[in-house]
Amino acid sequence: MLLQVSNLRMHFPIRSGVFSRVSGYVRAVDGVSFEIAPGETLGLAGESGCGKTTVGRSILRLLDGAEGEIIFRDSPNLLSLSQNQMRRYRRDIQIIFQDPFSSLNPRLTIASTLIEPMTIFKIGQSRRERRELAAERLREVGLRPDHLDRYPHEFSGGERQRIGIARALTLEPSLIVCDEAVSALDVSVQAQVINLLMELQAARGLSYLFISHALSVVEHISHRVAIMYLGKLVEVAGKEELYQSPLHPYTEALLAAAPIPDPAIRRERHLLEGDVPSPINPPPGCSFHPRCPSCFSPCRSIEPQLTEVRPGHWVACHLETHPDSPRKAR
Amino acid sequence: MAGEARKSLSPFQLSLRRLLANPTAMTGLLILLVLYFLALFSSFFSLADPVKSNLDSSYHPPNWFHFFDEEGQFHWRPFVYGMECVDLDYLKYEPVLEKKYPLRFFAEGYPYRLWGLFECTRHFIQVETGGEFHPLGCDSLGRDVWSRLLSGSRVSLSVGLLGILITLTLGTLMGGIAGYFGGWTDVLLMRYVELILSIPGLYLILALRAVFPQHLNSVQVYLLIVVILGFIFWAGLSRVIRGMVLSLREREHVLAARAIGASHLRILVRHILPGTFTYLIVAGTIMVPSYILGEVSLSFLGVGIEEPQASWGLMLKEAQDVQVLDDFRWILSSGVAIFITVFAFNFLGDGLRDAFDPRKD
Repeated sequence: MLLQVSNLRMHFPIRSGVFSRVSGYVRAVDGVSFEIAPGETLGLAGESGCGKTTVGRSILRLLDGAEGEIIFRDSPNLLSLSQNQMRRYRRDIQIIFQDPFSSLNPRLTIASTLIEPMTIFKIGQSRRERRELAAERLREVGLRPDHLDRYPHEFSGGERQRIGIARALTLEPSLIVCDEAVSALDVSVQAQVINLLMELQAARGLSYLFISHALSVVEHISHRVAIMYLGKLVEVAGKEELYQSPLHPYTEALLAAAPIPDPAIRRERHLLEGDVPSPINPPPGCSFHPRCPSCFSPCRSIEPQLTEVRPGHWVACHLETHPDSPRKAR
Repeated sequence: MAGEARKSLSPFQLSLRRLLANPTAMTGLLILLVLYFLALFSSFFSLADPVKSNLDSSYHPPNWFHFFDEEGQFHWRPFVYGMECVDLDYLKYEPVLEKKYPLRFFAEGYPYRLWGLFECTRHFIQVETGGEFHPLGCDSLGRDVWSRLLSGSRVSLSVGLLGILITLTLGTLMGGIAGYFGGWTDVLLMRYVELILSIPGLYLILALRAVFPQHLNSVQVYLLIVVILGFIFWAGLSRVIRGMVLSLREREHVLAARAIGASHLRILVRHILPGTFTYLIVAGTIMVPSYILGEVSLSFLGVGIEEPQASWGLMLKEAQDVQVLDDFRWILSSGVAIFITVFAFNFLGDGLRDAFDPRKD
């Protein structure tokens, strides 16, 4: 395995009062485990605020205070390393951000932005050599080397996102966390960037953790998909399996909410009601039970565990695992 | 390829272009350039020694030069009439039409050291020996107000620039550290800032002045004023910088820098603090008048620049007597000079703020 995440938790303390006493926690990520194989793309999908971004940033140690275990290849637990020790793994794990307008330093030319990681990791001997490498990265993401001396404000959103990808590539990582990497782009540009990501994967054997709320995008690029709800994974399966026979009611609802580009097709809609509960005070039992259409008694008190119900298909739902499940009785 | 060789402009260069196209800001800049030019060569443009008193011309009124005499005759060389005190009680002066003293340009005058380095005697304008030329009149000790204004401008105009350097350095450093590292560092630094801010400015100035010896030479006093003012103003600035750093720290390009393993120093210096530069330029320009006014208050209260040295605040001190002010209005010239300078800085500051507005990028 390239990356193994076990029982990842990120609880943000809520401080209040004069002495900033901790009065509670936002359980942004609450016990998430998954694996990513070399050359694989794991899609991580869920609603806004479910903790997807926090998972991605915890892996890169961009947030302090995450607990659990993150193993990269045969590394020690990344979460227990000091920031200094973490540096040597930064070459291998990179990130692409959502907002192409804030992810590039507006005061640096593209060359400076691309050369900075090489300076830090002493890649290339001279400035000229680093510039050559930077130009090569730009070509690789479909931009021209003469773009090197321009500033970010001279580029469109899609081009900036390509520059962000080029920056992530300069360290030649084996895993890239794509944090809503195409969500801010026009649909046509989204397709271009996704195709670029897939080409790069084919050429370099990259692995992606592809975080997005857009199920259609996730379906296009991922090999396996994990669905997240309120800080927990509720279902993980291969792409075809998950999209064709979802087991968790939340996954079903998400898939049902996605529009079908054919007005002739009518389909039964069971839309979700209510709001996502607060991660400060999640409901007891299954955190999805207040909105679940097939909720039954154990859901309100016992928390379902992520269980492999079919080969490679994991789900955390009493409908699949509990002996009293109405689905089993059928 | 030639078509692609167009010049790329950084956000800073774009802002500079907007600034150059702003007439108000350029007016302010032009006024400031003239003022600083005059301050730089203040002795050269002086008419008389600014520290030498001449009790024969106490409260001498402003007199101007003439090209035509009382009979309408043209004089190729401009001249001033001799002035005679006609009322010693009320210090009234009348021109004596028979006495004409021509002005000489680039003439020899009182000796001075240019920038403390070069011995010089040349002045832009000098009046022939025996004549008195005071375009802005004289003060109670008969010193030429124009010359004192120039001499004082060296203090008043540089206090702002030097003070702002101290303020910007301290403010950026403290605010940057507090905002970037957060936690206890932040709490301690910001409580300290609040302590400074909670003491009324004037009392703080007086208290700080009291810490140092009473009698210092003029250079020491000057440096002391700069340090005191710089120290007072950094607190407010550091709070703003802290706030900006707090928000910049979460920007994605800063996270990206962390992801590529950049050190704290590199992140702070290269990715966070440059984001505050445009604010610093604007805030700095707009704050300069506070320093000028700060020096004015200090000297006015008698704890700043001391006689016989000149500064605008000290000159204004003479204008605190309403009776004097009513009889000899030219004493207020330094007030006008302060007014013009403050306005010019604010014009430029406003222009800078518009030009560097991030929403225009």
